[in-house]
Amino acid sequence: MKKMGVNIALRAAAFAVLASLPAAGWAADLKIGFSAPATTLDPQFHNASQNIAVSRNMFDTLVQMDPDSRIIPALAESWRVVDDTTWEFKLRPAKFSDGSPVTAEDVVWSINRPATIPNSPSSFGIYTRPIVEKKIIDDRTVQLKTAAPYPLLLADLTNVFIVSKKATEGLTSDKFLTGQGVVGSGPYKFKSYTPDDRVIMTANETYWGGKPAWDNVEIRFLPNDSARLSALLSGEVDVIENIPTPDLEAVKNNKNLVVAEKMSHRLIFLFLDSGRDETPGVTAADGSPLKANPFKDLRVRKAVNLAIDREAIASRLMQGLAFPTNNIVTETMQGYVPAIKPAYDPEQAKKLLAEAGYDKGFRLVLASPNNRLINDAKVAQALAQMLTRVGIRTSVDAVPFAVINTRGNKGEFSSVMMGWGAQTAEASSPIRAMIACTNKEKGWGPVNWGNYCNPNLDAVTAKALNTIDDAARSKLLQEATQIVHDDVAIVPLYFQANTWAAKPGITITPRMDERTSALMFAPAK
Amino acid sequence: MLVFLTRRLIGGLLVLFVTATLVFFAVFALGNPVDVMVSPDADQAERAAAIARLGLDRPILEQYASFLWNAVRGDLGNSFVYGKPATTVILERLPVTLELAIVAMVIALGIGLPLGIIAGLKPSGLSGKTIMSGSILGFSLPNFWIGLMLISIFAVQLKWLPSGGRGPTVDVFGIPLSILSLEGLKYLILPAFTLALYKTSLIIRICETGTRTVNRQDYIRTARARGVPPGRIVTVHLLKNVIIPVITVMGLEFGAMIAFAVAVETVFSYPGMGKLLIDSINRIDRPVIVAYLMVTCLIFVTVNLIVDALYAVLDPRVRFSASKA
Repeated sequence: MKKMGVNIALRAAAFAVLASLPAAGWAADLKIGFSAPATTLDPQFHNASQNIAVSRNMFDTLVQMDPDSRIIPALAESWRVVDDTTWEFKLRPAKFSDGSPVTAEDVVWSINRPATIPNSPSSFGIYTRPIVEKKIIDDRTVQLKTAAPYPLLLADLTNVFIVSKKATEGLTSDKFLTGQGVVGSGPYKFKSYTPDDRVIMTANETYWGGKPAWDNVEIRFLPNDSARLSALLSGEVDVIENIPTPDLEAVKNNKNLVVAEKMSHRLIFLFLDSGRDETPGVTAADGSPLKANPFKDLRVRKAVNLAIDREAIASRLMQGLAFPTNNIVTETMQGYVPAIKPAYDPEQAKKLLAEAGYDKGFRLVLASPNNRLINDAKVAQALAQMLTRVGIRTSVDAVPFAVINTRGNKGEFSSVMMGWGAQTAEASSPIRAMIACTNKEKGWGPVNWGNYCNPNLDAVTAKALNTIDDAARSKLLQEATQIVHDDVAIVPLYFQANTWAAKPGITITPRMDERTSALMFAPAK
Repeated sequence: MLVFLTRRLIGGLLVLFVTATLVFFAVFALGNPVDVMVSPDADQAERAAAIARLGLDRPILEQYASFLWNAVRGDLGNSFVYGKPATTVILERLPVTLELAIVAMVIALGIGLPLGIIAGLKPSGLSGKTIMSGSILGFSLPNFWIGLMLISIFAVQLKWLPSGGRGPTVDVFGIPLSILSLEGLKYLILPAFTLALYKTSLIIRICETGTRTVNRQDYIRTARARGVPPGRIVTVHLLKNVIIPVITVMGLEFGAMIAFAVAVETVFSYPGMGKLLIDSINRIDRPVIVAYLMVTCLIFVTVNLIVDALYAVLDPRVRFSASKA
């Protein structure tokens, strides 16, 4: 991590010197190439990362994540825990782009609004639901109450954009596409939107954080990899996110470009179906059905974990865009256990398989998306070869992301490679969603494709989620991570990297979450 | 005549109905939209709520019935991701693609017609042979590859033209058009040329054959014998006869160009109808996919209906045999 930071700083410095001449003459306009199109301008209509990334430029949240996914103030200049279930937020004196002040009433309105939006394909209500009571103390002070102690309140609030009550009352979400209601307190003001093409914004001169770095910002939607890269190379855009992996070397060697990369919060891992007695993708070495599901045996799961050479994947396949791990969150996050390190020992793996009665191995179908994660299908092929080497004859079933989700939710896989970004920046996020026992009432394990279930892990995680004290919660989350590791509940592989490339003369502050925005870029001095 | 037209109309409606049914059930095979659209952070309750909000919790036959009932009344449902009527989403993109198709057509005709006629007039000359073998390239090179090459040369290397997207627009009766400004046209040149290349080759081929046939006709020879200048023979006597099949074929090709400019629009990130289709498939925006194919189908059915009617008017055999059968 540290080494990488120095590297970026060096590069940035080198290019800043190279670029100092042309930079002086530039108008301070920025054009960014996004890899996914925003489909709405109502910041509360569709909870999807590309929509949030665009909203961030024009709207504020009460609190926000810094580049390392730590929570810092935003519209709320300070907050305090009144008691275990009550939080008080002090708003800074901020103005919406229409000139009206941001008040506690707007905050309450914005927290109530997600639940009332019809037809939302994915509601922001999941972040506002824990808040059972909102109390306006004065114009700039608001108290939020939760039913039970809820330490993730701040993390959830980083996704709830504050809209103007006056501008959005009675307005349906589709009206926002024309610019109506797009009234925020963020650094940039809405100017125009062309679906699947671009959003144009201008600086908000009254922004509470001072004059924004750019006079005009244009976000271009360029989901096609080669189109995005050519737009950068031809000067159509000044900066792009997600450098296409096959072109990474060329981009890095291009003296006319600045590159920034940073470890993402997105963990790439394997689900192993350890819950069901019969699992669909496994057969004996000769192709006949197996009596038992081998992944129910801890020794087999351990063997899989040991059979994978993560360093080889990182260096040879991923060109450094992977950070091998056996943890489930990055080291800046709560629940990271420094002692847990990835190990590669194919001999030990073979021994464990033999002990479990699979000295002849077995056959496995490993599913993977082929259009979602960096190099996903290639990594799956490499994993298949590594597993085959220790005796698990693995074939790959790589399908588009849209298909893998439906099939996964139907339980069609015995093992599948997926990615998870810990949006709350702590370990309960992956545990609750995909490692905890599936429980509809509690809302746990909605995407637990490995069918793993360990009441002990659930208890520790639940306790952590009831603990407001940061240090105590951190300890509990580490305990939970240790259980996940000891039991090989999932097989963590690596954190992938986020990448950006820009023209010289632009400094990039790379982020751990995948939310690119104009705030990350500044003209080099 | 009326019987004939009624029959064709019923046939057309039947085609629409069958397409609607096939497409409706086919999009279910794409996967569950909520699996893709819902935030990964969503728990079971939110997933169920999203499914209910989008009306996906009802039995498939019930969804089908209400889809048909609404479709008859011209309502093809609301786009999941845009939250407004799918037909509106599509119709907003229509002028965008139309502009591209029109410019492509102008390029194809502007290059194809003269080259085809030259090749037809001098079939064994060097120019004729060069044009004809060149047209093979236009047929055989894939669209997306041409697009990438043009971007790499004219946008990345030479920096003469933008690499993609849509140019600045001017509002005409509330419709934003980019074709009217020079800056807007710059964005159209590369994608339109890419789209036009195949059509250009087609026109060259049709024109060449037409010219060779017409050139041997008696009236051309007569005109030549009477001393009509060669330029006038080509532009007045020859062109009129050569251009008829070109117009027929291009009419049909124009429809296809609007409906299926998918590859070109994707390579150039051009926000037209084709790109909308691809994007909608990726995010499983069912109503938009279905509406798109329904609109396309409607266009083709209408065009065919008109063509059939014209044939019947022009050729009595068609309507007599049809009413006897």
